[in-house]
Amino acid sequence: MVSFATVGDAQRGPLLDVRNLCVAFYDGEVWRETLKDVSFAVEPGEVVGIVGESGCGKSLTALSILGLLPQYGARRTGEMHFEGQDLAQLSEREMRDVRGRCISMVFQEPMSALDPVFPVGEQIAETVRRHFRVNRKEANERAMEALSAVGIPSPQQAMKMYPASLSGGMRQRVLIAMALVCEPRLLIADEPTTALDVTIQAQIMDLLLELGQRTGTAILFITHNLGLVAESCRRMLTMYAGQVVEDGSVRDILGRPFHPYTAGLLGSIPRAALRKTRLSAIPGRVPSVSEMPGGCRFEPRCNYAEPRCHLPQELVESQDARHVRCCRFGEFVLTGAPA
Amino acid sequence: MSNAPSEAILTVDRLDVTFKGRRRSQLIKAVTDVSFVVRKGETFGVIGESGSGKSTLGRAVVCLLRPSAGQILHDGTDPFQLGREELRRHRRSFQIVFQDPNAALDPRMTVLESVCEPLDVAGLGKPAERRQKALAMLDRVALSEEFAHRYPHEISGGQKQRVNIARALVLEPRLIVCDEVVAALDVSIQADMLNLFADLQHEFGLTYLFISHDLRVVAHISDRVAVMYAGKLVELAPAEPLMQAPLHPYTQALLSAEPEPRVPDEGGSKRIILKGEIPSPLAPPSGCRFHTRCPIAAPTCATLAPEWQEFAPGRFVACHFAGTPLPAQGRVRTPVNT
Repeated sequence: MVSFATVGDAQRGPLLDVRNLCVAFYDGEVWRETLKDVSFAVEPGEVVGIVGESGCGKSLTALSILGLLPQYGARRTGEMHFEGQDLAQLSEREMRDVRGRCISMVFQEPMSALDPVFPVGEQIAETVRRHFRVNRKEANERAMEALSAVGIPSPQQAMKMYPASLSGGMRQRVLIAMALVCEPRLLIADEPTTALDVTIQAQIMDLLLELGQRTGTAILFITHNLGLVAESCRRMLTMYAGQVVEDGSVRDILGRPFHPYTAGLLGSIPRAALRKTRLSAIPGRVPSVSEMPGGCRFEPRCNYAEPRCHLPQELVESQDARHVRCCRFGEFVLTGAPA
Repeated sequence: MSNAPSEAILTVDRLDVTFKGRRRSQLIKAVTDVSFVVRKGETFGVIGESGSGKSTLGRAVVCLLRPSAGQILHDGTDPFQLGREELRRHRRSFQIVFQDPNAALDPRMTVLESVCEPLDVAGLGKPAERRQKALAMLDRVALSEEFAHRYPHEISGGQKQRVNIARALVLEPRLIVCDEVVAALDVSIQADMLNLFADLQHEFGLTYLFISHDLRVVAHISDRVAVMYAGKLVELAPAEPLMQAPLHPYTQALLSAEPEPRVPDEGGSKRIILKGEIPSPLAPPSGCRFHTRCPIAAPTCATLAPEWQEFAPGRFVACHFAGTPLPAQGRVRTPVNT
């Protein structure tokens, strides 16, 4: 068993501190660096959003933290301090004690994250039994409590149900119950509501935030929906092509983004006030690993590109704990979200 | 409404679409008693959650499904009364673009072959002319000739959706049903696609029936919007008043549930959170179908189905308590505590 600071301990510093995380995949000829120098921190109890288009490395960051990369053909470097301990140094055996107990994850597709041939109650109880010395009966009781905490009607019957007989929203509730049953310190929610309808999304988001608050669990919330970030997170990161390009408080970033990519994402969202007007789409698309520009990775799509953007960009502290990866930041004012 | 009420290009009158269930006796009513008129040149949005019957409606409109009751009129003619050959010719003018750009293209055909195919089926012009026409249409949706000889797996999702649009456009249709056409795309690509739809509409004088679950997208592109719930229309209005002052409690809840990318303020935001889920079409609730989730439902709602009434000029709604604002009973969100 790895010893982690318990809930009551006075804590110094962030809960999770990721420094220079790099992930490369071998494509048969060369190692392609998919994540490059990803650094960020999550404070205890904080809700942090990660935004970006598909292929920007949001989910890969989450999987890297949990040590869920393929065993062969993937290479991870950098540090990931969780409650003072570097997760990168732990063995697979030790990581198993971490997953589900200290850090757990809710995935986008609830159907593929649940085992179709076991009742959901058994799947939740399994997590409890893996991490605590309890008998089957007690594990089942905890599983049932978890199911009722996530608002599933008649949890006793729900325990015996199979994933196929539950709706998408209910399955997502089961996944949340499973993720929170051991009261982890950090929950990684990877697009937890993307597959759901908007009224169900509102239910699930409400539930996640409320349970997170009640148990003091920090949430790393991965999404492409800037509206959800605006409503539920205090801090956010923008990722682009495997790098963090902007980091700061949601209020500051949405009010006045410093990176043209963040501003581009905001400009792409249709707004009621600007009905029938042209949307400012970002030209082109996220480069694939094999065609990654050597300098600023956003340069080919950027309206503000200059010759010096051909150089690699550093993530620099701009002001008030904000970070941005753009050498031209501050030279122009970008449009943010409406107040 | 903008200009004088122009002619109807599509009339849907008391439409029912029913599927057979697992047992013979079981009937699933996906669409019940839906009526509306789409005018020439407008974009008519249909919004609803999964299971509301919006895709079934879209398919019935282009004659891919046969109505079990009611009528669909294309320009005043009932396509289901046409003979096979006539229907085939008629179909050219009424096209559909589907949600999943991957599933809609044949993986063994190049982009050019896919765009040529509708012309081949229609037997329009000589092969060289068809090719020219297909290439011109690809160019119009911003796909250069180098893409023409690629296969679907060699291009991105956004590009595939452009191919699908080119495929629908090449027959010079008058109405296109767009069924969740931007749902599978990233927001920056989605913006690009919405701009393209607007441009094409101006250029070719198209009419769109734009189906989506994304309220923001529908409101952005549509002139008028219909809201569907559990197989029925609950509200129909011009986009602006619908967004600003929705009449039906379901529309209100839908609008409130949509997270706004706004700079958060100290107060946080309240919202209406509906309980429960959309009812199964196997056993639709009695009376008003929304009463099981409606925060302001009264006893009458469970017994008496509300009439489809014109509440204000051009604004239709089916609710006994239309226009009653819902209380925002959701929690106050305060992410801001810096």
